[in-house]
Amino acid sequence: MKTFLKYILALLVVFSLSSCNNKTSRNYQYMPNMYEPVSYEAYQESDAFANGIEAQLPAEGTIPRGGFMPYEYEDTNEGYEAAKANLVSPMDSLQVDYERGKELYDVYCGICHGTKGAGQGTLVKREKILGVPSYADAGRAITTGSIYHVIYYGKNTMGSYANQLNEEERWQVVAYVEKLKAELEK
Amino acid sequence: MKHVIYRNLTSKILSFGFIFFLTFSISINAQEETAEAAGDPVNGKSLFNANCAACHRLNKPMTGPALANVEQRLYEEEGLDREWLNKWIRNSAGLISSGDAYANKVYNEWNQVAMNAFPQLSDQDISDILAYTAAPPPAPAVAETAVAEQAGGAQGGISNEIILGALAVLFGLLAMALIVVKRTLNRFAEAKGIPVVEEDEKRLPLWKAFVQNQFLVLVTSIFFLLGSAYFVYGYLMQVGVDQGYEPVQPIHYSHRIHAGENGIDCKYCHSSARVSKHSGIPSLNICMNCHKAIGQVAEATQQEGINEYGVDYNAEIQKLYKAVGWDESTQSYTGETSPVEWIRIHNLPDLAYFNHAQHVSVAGVECQTCHGPVEEMEIMYQHAPLTMGWCINCHRETNVNVQDNGYYAKIHEELSKKYGVEQLTAAQMGGLECGKCHY
Repeated sequence: MKTFLKYILALLVVFSLSSCNNKTSRNYQYMPNMYEPVSYEAYQESDAFANGIEAQLPAEGTIPRGGFMPYEYEDTNEGYEAAKANLVSPMDSLQVDYERGKELYDVYCGICHGTKGAGQGTLVKREKILGVPSYADAGRAITTGSIYHVIYYGKNTMGSYANQLNEEERWQVVAYVEKLKAELEK
Repeated sequence: MKHVIYRNLTSKILSFGFIFFLTFSISINAQEETAEAAGDPVNGKSLFNANCAACHRLNKPMTGPALANVEQRLYEEEGLDREWLNKWIRNSAGLISSGDAYANKVYNEWNQVAMNAFPQLSDQDISDILAYTAAPPPAPAVAETAVAEQAGGAQGGISNEIILGALAVLFGLLAMALIVVKRTLNRFAEAKGIPVVEEDEKRLPLWKAFVQNQFLVLVTSIFFLLGSAYFVYGYLMQVGVDQGYEPVQPIHYSHRIHAGENGIDCKYCHSSARVSKHSGIPSLNICMNCHKAIGQVAEATQQEGINEYGVDYNAEIQKLYKAVGWDESTQSYTGETSPVEWIRIHNLPDLAYFNHAQHVSVAGVECQTCHGPVEEMEIMYQHAPLTMGWCINCHRETNVNVQDNGYYAKIHEELSKKYGVEQLTAAQMGGLECGKCHY
């Protein structure tokens, strides 16, 4: 009987040791004073703000430093038409970098619009997202201004890409999309 | 006993009959509908997917209204015929500005979202599409493939643990068998009167002999000390290392599906890795770029999730909608949002500085070099130990890509002369200096 109890005890010890090795919790830290930051870390919870998180939106009306240009067209049908008719790229031909444009396009646009811009991206081919038009679509007849406007605000099912691409990157992508459109219309 | 073969015969006949009946009835239905609509629903489906599906679904509102049976409904409820539909599809804006009553009503009902013009669609194209909306062609294979996949998943699901467990049981049985055999042999010996080898009482017990041999004691204790030092060192060195850390996240997000199967680039969601110290957690509007249109996963994916991972993917998408405040029925944001409390996995101690942009954009290091095969991970875990030795090792082994980079031209020329090498490693470029990461 005693040996039996001993076995049980050994099993318990092994079990408790192995349950300490838990993948869902962090390991022990030795003297973590210099591990843990004094300042707030990105995305940290914090009681400094009313909504309890460290990541805050910029105060209303603030603008980023550097060559910031406000985008004046509104997210309406009229704004779309106005941008389509009037908005032109601020970049000259030397600033256009098709290589970077392609790199960004393939990451952010190509997954739906296809690397050739014909509306046959991976997600479309796998029937996850449907109805992505070709850039050469006659009914839409996209222009420099309308491409930028749609990247900025999104349209219908497409969302806004303003937070993934900054202003200069958006214009690079616009230039690359126009190049694809010209190739499709050949 | 012979009858066993036919045990399932009745149910088999029944199920075959049922399937046969189903296919037959569906094909009859489809034929009837096609004849009525005079359009080809199969061609209509591909046209619908290419042109309409960006904004319309058959049975659910999206950016525009649901379109199942649209022609019939319009005719019965509004008295509008095919001619009106043709006009609307080819140039809805023109119809609205011409003052058509129903056109204006629909336009205002759907938040004045202008429908794109489709002048390229012919009469035949439109009747094909309408035939598809009236009777979508059946997709019979889906259920069967799902079942087949289910079976396949179950077969391939024998884990290593089960095999190991079976082996352990096997060895246990072997040991028991040996004991039993020894006992029976002893009993035989007793029965036949053969004396079992007796213990030599004059001999010293083994442990006493061992203790008396001082050399042996010394050697053994040295080995024992070395061995335990090895294990103690191993234990101490993994303190503070979170390799393999795999917390349960508030929304079950599968990198396997997004980055693996669908091939979405890492930087699509983690776009700040290109330009910032942090590779940010994507904000929920990035999820909504796709999940505005994808409210449900494919049937096969859903089955796979339930069978293999025990996850209801559709429920997880609903969690996203709740957090971001998206109302599927009205296709609009309610404005009631709640932050998703993702649990951070990779966290360097504050004493070390690491910059994503420097590694991703400048050095061009693949995300997988440090984060492992993320595209295969159903649940994200920490792949690398993230220790200093691990960082340094990579800096010693990785060559700096100086091609077409004017910034490095001069320093590369000087340093490669100094070290006498063609290709400089990150370490030779100063990647081992303390102040680069600790300040």
